[in-house]
Amino acid sequence: MSGGAGAAAIPRPGATFGNRVAFGLALLDEGRRNERIVALNADLSGSTKTSTFAKEFPHRFFNAGVAECNMMGMAAGLSTTGRPVVASTFAVFATAQVLNVIRQSIAYPRNNVKIVATHAGITVGGDGATHQICEDIALMRVLPHLRVYVPADAQQTYQVILHVLRTDGPAYVRMGRIDTPVIFDHDYRYVPDRVEVLADGDDVTLACCGLLVEEGRKAVTLLADSGISAQLLNVHTIKPLDVAGIESAARRTGRVVSAEEHVVAGGLGSAIAETLAQRYPTPQRFIGLRDHFGESGEPSDLMVAFHLTAADIATSASALVAERDART
Amino acid sequence: MPRAQVTPIDSVQREELERICTRARRRILRMIHAAGSGHPGGSFSAIDIITVLYQRYLRFRPAEPQWPARDRFVLSKGHGAPALYAALFEAGYYDDEEVLLSLRKMGSPLQGHPVMGKLPGVEMTTGSLGQGFSAAVGMALGVRLDGLESRIFTLLGDGECDEGIVWEAAMAAAHYKLDNLVAVIDHNRFQIDGPNATIMDLGDLAAKFAAFGWATTEIDGHDLDQICEALEWGIALQGRPAMIVAHTKKGHGVSFMDDSNKFHGIAPTDAELAVALKELEGPE
Repeated sequence: MSGGAGAAAIPRPGATFGNRVAFGLALLDEGRRNERIVALNADLSGSTKTSTFAKEFPHRFFNAGVAECNMMGMAAGLSTTGRPVVASTFAVFATAQVLNVIRQSIAYPRNNVKIVATHAGITVGGDGATHQICEDIALMRVLPHLRVYVPADAQQTYQVILHVLRTDGPAYVRMGRIDTPVIFDHDYRYVPDRVEVLADGDDVTLACCGLLVEEGRKAVTLLADSGISAQLLNVHTIKPLDVAGIESAARRTGRVVSAEEHVVAGGLGSAIAETLAQRYPTPQRFIGLRDHFGESGEPSDLMVAFHLTAADIATSASALVAERDART
Repeated sequence: MPRAQVTPIDSVQREELERICTRARRRILRMIHAAGSGHPGGSFSAIDIITVLYQRYLRFRPAEPQWPARDRFVLSKGHGAPALYAALFEAGYYDDEEVLLSLRKMGSPLQGHPVMGKLPGVEMTTGSLGQGFSAAVGMALGVRLDGLESRIFTLLGDGECDEGIVWEAAMAAAHYKLDNLVAVIDHNRFQIDGPNATIMDLGDLAAKFAAFGWATTEIDGHDLDQICEALEWGIALQGRPAMIVAHTKKGHGVSFMDDSNKFHGIAPTDAELAVALKELEGPE
């Protein structure tokens, strides 16, 4: 995946950076290379970082106003004229608000629309539960034909955006609001559809996506301190899921903890469980929101309140290891 | 409505169009009868408009369905699929009567509602109301971006105008000054549960679209001369999208179906089919 000017603007590991900012950079870079690309927005072009593309290519940018259903319908129609179309808004409006438009006009006919959503998850913070969608992975994952990506950091987001813009067919890319730690360096090369093993271990597999990959990294250290060797997977692609990669991890460790900034129903953990139940049944614990909505608050406080931290992952992993040890 | 530069149809052309419309009505009834389900009422109210579009105004190449410079027609009221399938048959996209009679059967390119990619000539997957109109607005943006002369035509139902997305799309089409977009509402005054006026009063549709920034006109949607005039007006229009509110009758063309809501979503029986085909007799 060749980068561009924008990729160099993303700082190296150790810093924090917004995934949505990386999306804006990637859209601009690829938009310069491919003049067929058009972008749509629903009155949130500043927040979704599509405004730089809009400024440079005003004739290739269409604001739908606060009308997300029509944005998705127009995106479908535009794509039939032979171009990749990026439709962006907050994740709650990009999925739940418009589900049936995505279903009929984008997913079913395999129209070349990239739904790039920002402000997903509980770390939206102050706006509260109305805006903190934690059900979007499930909503998008169940739609046939639609690919679903949850990149872990800015560098990966940049390359995932290039990947979806260079491959035909509908896709959903999920990002949060806040700046998050940069994990991957400038020499990072995204390999589509393959889980990334970020840490090798024998006792338990931590399968994480998005913001929870960083928590998983910290959990690996916490677990090592208590003598548990954890393997860390970055599952950036929820669909198509790398079933071989997941199965191979499960066969190695025999225990899985999935972690996502999402309800446990229907998300990453469910996708893994569905796969392993058929290929290699494996004890699994689920880190994610239970049957709850979020609430207003500081992102870091909400992560603690809803049990989405490295400590929560480590606790679940330790318990799973202890259970298995007690059984054997 | 300004009537400049309209090329009137002569009597020979009118008779030919009438023959095709009658033939299409026969095909619609035969395919819905064979399927055992479907929407004859709304197919009949729309078929004159769709036939005139395909026979006189749409530019397309059946042998090259993806010709980039083609005009596009989106049947936003997807339940009128049999009318679209009959028009595509007549237009030369396919010529197998067996395919026509495979409507709604497993494996058929003639799905219960139109699906792009299944049958050449179907430009958008429709059925959930309002979405096709929105997609047509996107198509109009796309072909204009490509500098093409292509026009986008779309047909909506009146009950469909209950959908919020219709008005979102209407606002966008006017905002983007899409004068390559010509929309028609098949205003047969009925929706599934009853008359529009009883279920959800639409008020003055032309006035509503005018207030949204569209140029509007109203016609008798079964008068071939008026359909031609209105489409030519819409095509010639500059700076604004065109909305033609076509006053139609459900089931028009068969005595026991005409202006009735009974045949919104049911197939004719064997006896009803026989009577209807008799009424619709004419050269193949």
